[in-house]
Amino acid sequence: MSIEIKNLSFAYKKKKALDGVNLSLSTGFNVLLGPNGAGKSTLFSLLTGLYHTKQNTININGCDLFSNKAKVMSQMGVVFQQSTLDLDLSVKQNLLYFASLHGISPKKALLNIETILSQLSLTERLHDPVRTLNGGHRRRVEIARALIHQPKVLLLDEASVGLDVDSRFLIISYVRSLCQQLGICVLWATHLMDEVEPDDQLIILHNGKVQAQALCKDLCEQHDSIDVYQLYFSLTKNSEAM
Amino acid sequence: MNINQYFYCCVGIIKREVFRFFQQRSRLLSALIRPLLWLIVFAAGFRAALGISIMEPYGTYITYQEYIVPGLCCMIVLFNGMQSSLSMVYDREMGSMKVLLMSPLPMPFLLFCKLISIAFLSLMQVYIFLLFTQFVDVEIMWLSYLTAAPAIFIIAFFLGALGLFLSSMIKQLENFAGVMNFIIFPMFFLSSALYPLWKMQEASLWLYTICQYNPFTYCVELLRFALFGQLNVTAFSVVIAVTSIVSIAALLNFRPKFKSKG
Repeated sequence: MSIEIKNLSFAYKKKKALDGVNLSLSTGFNVLLGPNGAGKSTLFSLLTGLYHTKQNTININGCDLFSNKAKVMSQMGVVFQQSTLDLDLSVKQNLLYFASLHGISPKKALLNIETILSQLSLTERLHDPVRTLNGGHRRRVEIARALIHQPKVLLLDEASVGLDVDSRFLIISYVRSLCQQLGICVLWATHLMDEVEPDDQLIILHNGKVQAQALCKDLCEQHDSIDVYQLYFSLTKNSEAM
Repeated sequence: MNINQYFYCCVGIIKREVFRFFQQRSRLLSALIRPLLWLIVFAAGFRAALGISIMEPYGTYITYQEYIVPGLCCMIVLFNGMQSSLSMVYDREMGSMKVLLMSPLPMPFLLFCKLISIAFLSLMQVYIFLLFTQFVDVEIMWLSYLTAAPAIFIIAFFLGALGLFLSSMIKQLENFAGVMNFIIFPMFFLSSALYPLWKMQEASLWLYTICQYNPFTYCVELLRFALFGQLNVTAFSVVIAVTSIVSIAALLNFRPKFKSKG
């Protein structure tokens, strides 16, 4: 399971959002850390094929995204920053709709849904309209949805933002457990530094450029930082000074 | 991807639209009340003022209510097509369009399924409306429900594709009011939905000419004949031709753009 990005650039008219991004991600929990406006969501939009660049620079599990989009999408689960659930439908209807878009039969989808929802403690909310769920539950439904088709790569764009401490903890620990149990590649984008652990692969994105990429504890050691806060500020200040 | 996966996908998209439609009760109500108001209030007034002479496909004199039923059915389909285009704009603005775009199935197929779902919803609404027409002395034979179904489906597909085409042109939800004023009303009023074309010709030649070039006129005529178990070949040919053109334009023009927060 891997994501390879080579020399990826993207601009909104004249404003550069990503500038020559190179990334190599493998199985495990990869954290993409960057402030608002760093280019995280742009990177996600490119990784999910919602935005296009002329260069063929994104490879997911050995498949080129642009020439093999169908294969890539069947292996990819995504949780977007903005909620994409249909508020008028129930949890079950939302999940079955997504499963159908991946060509999964309702029978098979329901089996997957039951397993995932029980892991996320959402089984009893199956028939509730999404509109009646709180933010934490909605996020969990989105994560469940991203997992129905058993993806090998899971992308989460600021999935824990705006949630209370308990919901954040539940979501992040669940996603971490998926890496260990299923051996999938997770890209977790966030601007919350307390979500990074020493053994995580850390990518620091700032002003559309990758400032650093390595194990968090290795990066801290290399830059004489006691924690990820110090590391982050030393790297982003240096880049601004340049 | 095998044929079963395509089937599940298509059924899933149709189910979603049906669930959404029945969840949005005001949409269901307005879909029925609008044409019923026209039929009960507007047509009752005009019945006294207008006489409809013998014309095809009617074999005898008919009441004005009977005349406008096909036009009102097409009005339901027109509004549903445009409202579905509104839902596409809404989906794009709210982000749920991304879910559709994340499917590994080809985009033209997904849009085709979306159009099928719009057509299916239109068919349901028209059937419900036709049931209500029995209460205002409009006789619809049970067989007509069967013969009208393919016509309603084609018309709905055309108007859904038109809505899809418009939705890719509309940048914001607020612009939909413009669609009402510049597309729906002219299409409806400048057609044979409310008056026979010969009456329009008597009133104004240039209005009559516009009506003749309006594809909605042919939609109404296709359905009018279909309700009598007949095929109006000219109307059918025109509707098929415009459906093909608009569908291709809608598919080629479908380029959803998303806002990014960085």
